Amino acid sequence: MKKSITVFGAMAATMIATSAFAGTLEDVTARGTLSCGVNTGLPGFSLQDDKGNWTGIDVDVCRAVAAAVLGDATKVRFVPLTAKERFTALQSGEIDMLSRNTTWTHTRDTSLGLNFAGVNYYDGQGFLVQKALGVKSAKELDGASVCIQAGTTTELNLADYFRLNGMKYSAVVYDTSDQTREGFEAARCDILTSDQSQLYAIRSKMADPTSAVVLPEVISKEPLGPVVRQGDDAWFNIVKWTLYAQVNAEEMGVTSANAMEMKTAADPNVKRLLGTEGDAGAKLGISADWAYNVVSQVGNYGEMFERNVGLKTPLAIARGLNALWNNGGLQYAPPIR
Amino acid sequence: MNEFKPLPSLPPPASLTGVVGWLHKNLFSTPLYTILTLVVGYLVISSLIPVLDWAIFSANFTGNDRSACESGTGACWAFIGNRINIFAYGSYPAAEYWRLDICFALLVLSFGPQFFDKFPYKMWLGVFSLTGFPVICFYLISGGAFGLESIETGKWGGLALTLMLAYVGIVAALPFGIVLALGRRSEMPVIRTFCIAFIELWRGVPLISVLFMSSVMLPLFLPEGMNFDKLLRALIGITMFQSAYMAEVIRGGLQAIPRGQYEASKALGLSYWKSMGLIILPQALKLVIPGIVNTFIALFKDTTLVLIIGLLDILATVQASITDPEWGSVATEGYVFAALCFWVFCFGMSRYSQSLERKLHTGHKR
Amino acid sequence: MADPIQQPDVDSHSKTAIWNDPTFRSITFQVLAVVVLGWFFYTIFSNTLHNMESRGITTGFAFLDNTSGFGILMSLIEYDETHTYGDTFIVGLLNTLLVSVVGIITATIIGFVMGVARLSKNWLIAKIATVYVESLRNIPLLLQIFFWYALMRTLPPPRGSIQLIQDAVLLNGRGLYMPAPVPADGFGFVNIALLVAVIASIVLVKWTKKRQEATGQLFPAYWTSLGMIVGLPLGVFLIAGMPMSLDYPVLKGFNFVGGMRIIPEFMALWWALSLYTATFIAEIVRAGILAVSHGQTEAAHALGIPNGPTLRLVVIPQAMRVIIPPLTSQYLNLAKNSSLATAIGYPDLVGVFMGTTLNQTGQAVEIVAMTMMVYLVMSLSISALMNWFNKRMAMVER
Repeated sequence: MKKSITVFGAMAATMIATSAFAGTLEDVTARGTLSCGVNTGLPGFSLQDDKGNWTGIDVDVCRAVAAAVLGDATKVRFVPLTAKERFTALQSGEIDMLSRNTTWTHTRDTSLGLNFAGVNYYDGQGFLVQKALGVKSAKELDGASVCIQAGTTTELNLADYFRLNGMKYSAVVYDTSDQTREGFEAARCDILTSDQSQLYAIRSKMADPTSAVVLPEVISKEPLGPVVRQGDDAWFNIVKWTLYAQVNAEEMGVTSANAMEMKTAADPNVKRLLGTEGDAGAKLGISADWAYNVVSQVGNYGEMFERNVGLKTPLAIARGLNALWNNGGLQYAPPIR
Repeated sequence: MNEFKPLPSLPPPASLTGVVGWLHKNLFSTPLYTILTLVVGYLVISSLIPVLDWAIFSANFTGNDRSACESGTGACWAFIGNRINIFAYGSYPAAEYWRLDICFALLVLSFGPQFFDKFPYKMWLGVFSLTGFPVICFYLISGGAFGLESIETGKWGGLALTLMLAYVGIVAALPFGIVLALGRRSEMPVIRTFCIAFIELWRGVPLISVLFMSSVMLPLFLPEGMNFDKLLRALIGITMFQSAYMAEVIRGGLQAIPRGQYEASKALGLSYWKSMGLIILPQALKLVIPGIVNTFIALFKDTTLVLIIGLLDILATVQASITDPEWGSVATEGYVFAALCFWVFCFGMSRYSQSLERKLHTGHKR
Repeated sequence: MADPIQQPDVDSHSKTAIWNDPTFRSITFQVLAVVVLGWFFYTIFSNTLHNMESRGITTGFAFLDNTSGFGILMSLIEYDETHTYGDTFIVGLLNTLLVSVVGIITATIIGFVMGVARLSKNWLIAKIATVYVESLRNIPLLLQIFFWYALMRTLPPPRGSIQLIQDAVLLNGRGLYMPAPVPADGFGFVNIALLVAVIASIVLVKWTKKRQEATGQLFPAYWTSLGMIVGLPLGVFLIAGMPMSLDYPVLKGFNFVGGMRIIPEFMALWWALSLYTATFIAEIVRAGILAVSHGQTEAAHALGIPNGPTLRLVVIPQAMRVIIPPLTSQYLNLAKNSSLATAIGYPDLVGVFMGTTLNQTGQAVEIVAMTMMVYLVMSLSISALMNWFNKRMAMVER
């Protein structure tokens, strides 16, 4: 009997991950893998294929951080989370960072004990409408039924928008993105509202994608980005500067293909980025070639965007707001020096 | 003297024997029944024909994508055949399926004999299935030891996960349930109050809120830096919930034991634990086996709720598969398949529990 | 003769070691249990507080007064996005109660019918009831909810509504639409008439009982009451000149406006809950009827009591005593199972309050505690009610 208790104890112990009180960086290095919370399934952002491989722009952010910290972009354990679970999972320490198309809002930043490390995708809320209804503008939507995902900022924005325009609606709330799409396809509601990027993803999954149109109106600001726990500034800096490194790399023309040659480029900015000059890595507490690992293994911001959501993908989203600042977009990274 | 010789008995009238008699007795005994039989019979036959046609005669059984099913109007069983591995094993790596197969074989080998009356070493197999079996399977499935590749719990899924949840839930809940049931009948007021409170609390709340709490909030209650695997947390929630129900079943058994047994064991000078362990519990547990099987059936059906907290049991994998645009609309086929899987297990077990009940009943008849 | 048997030591306690003394052991165990439990709860409590504080998570119930800012699909009270989080709790709670109560009623009816049908002498009917019970009770409820909801989704959009009654009762993917009665002036009289009829019926039933006990004479009180409760208000309604109009649903813009609507989420959940729970109730009813020994029926017949009263006065009262305790736990199960609503988007307590509200405020501990309390109170009050009922039905032991 005693023996069996010991055996069960050992079994439980292998499933319990007790981590020391040290910072997240030390934990991740000691463990050798980064534990990253992602969406359960959203094409272009985070999606698992039937072989278990993850793809998407949010997933690549996790990989970039793993490359920066551990030198290997494959050392990530992806934890799929629903909208309801995501913050508690991060707060409780189950994951090291959350990269799950999460909108940066005041409440979330201040009262949940979390910090947003930056923005990897500038989004806005839009509407997907049944083409047969012949609606041209969101202002014509009075009295409509709306399919929406639970626990998101979109639920609040929708209420605000309809109240502001003196219109009525009835919200049909589902737990997952797939359920929302099914409800919309089955004509349970007239419109589906979500972040614009998701609307394209959802439409691409419909049985007949041509039967629905995305309305031109964008009714909110949805800056999506990775999130970390409050109170661990070293880790916060690493995630933040990994994002910036990718944006800076795109601006300087460093890609995954030419990163090796660029190490010896004439531009001192590039040298500082790739670690041949200066001590940017040491200041973050990680290796000198951290940004080189990020760019060579995951790519710069532009590559990441085009690969997952760009014009050549089924989602076919133009850079728009997500273009670099010098191309008319909002992606702007502070210099590395 | 003529001996009295009875004439051979006449056969009963034709209208009371054979097919006609049966029909008359069971279907057309009164005018009201005749009308009812005709109406209901018509309804059953007219609804059964299209269902059979859909499910069998016009159905497609082979193929690898939706083109296989576009020809017919019937069910697309090819879809099930195509996805059967995912339904059975979840996203467990295909090269490692043999580990789950071994576990399943062990399960059948150690539990199968329990259904037969006389089987050598039946009791030892039972003990093995409750102790050695879970340990072996844990190491087989999760790996990380004995040179097996480690497979994280996130990849466990499908029917294998459903069986695992139900099995662990029931095996782990048994000892807790026994302790709680004894506690509820204890003479110590503090212990009794606590056990009653525990049992009523867990029985009063829905399983889904228990699962939500264990999946999302448990880390908040633990010391900083301590964390459990998500699957383990769900298992803890299920076990707590189940042990409350188990305790009530076992309490029923304890109450059914005649008072004389308690008094006799006391008179022999046995200590509390000895009298419980050697006299009362063996009798009480035998009495409540059907009740335990029924709790197990309920738990087996309830494991589907884990899909709400994002674990991929068989229903969740079916749901994920039917939204795949590669196959078009196969929702009905998917749900029917999942329903059949559950039905086979649950119906089988309920039959087993009924037969046990009959068997045990005769033993205790006075 | 010296006493060969030694006098038992009067102070025998002193000889047994103190840890073998049952009283001492019992007290020690209990003190130990209190200490361990106290420590356990204290640790959890302090851990939680510490964790929430160190992570900067807001605590307290102040959020209940904040504006919610989101809409809810179905509400029995007036609610829109300008109401508070506290109101979302009420809305969710009422929706949960609604589906539970309606579900309990239909499940009881279907369950009793099927339970009796399983015992029918008609082979076909008995078999159909058996197939129904054995198939549905062995399939998980969640799967059945999904199935009914998938079926609802095959209904046409509003423009292609199925006209169950031309322009009055419509069925489409958004729900079942019916005309809503709008009371006009003078409708109050009808309400008063109804109240009078109900009170009169209660008095009548009491009087009948008393008279039957005193003289043994029967009076069809239940049928008379039914007649009064239906007839009296109807009569007043007609005399008052039918002071009521009907508000018909009209297709306006995207949806039908006006009338009454039952949303498909409610229908799917209601049907699944009723049909699933009814299978268990059917088994309980069957067992209850079988538990009444045949001798009772035979004795009643021997006394010359006809079939109907035998069933009503002899069999059912005895069967009810067996039926009620397990029936209670089925009612409890149904109420708890209604929380599966969240899987199909019916706005019940778990879906609205423990879902959206929790997510918008992030105050998991307070919200989950409140939700669990509701279910606990609901469970305890249903079992209290049923215990009271059971006591009334229980046989008076002699």
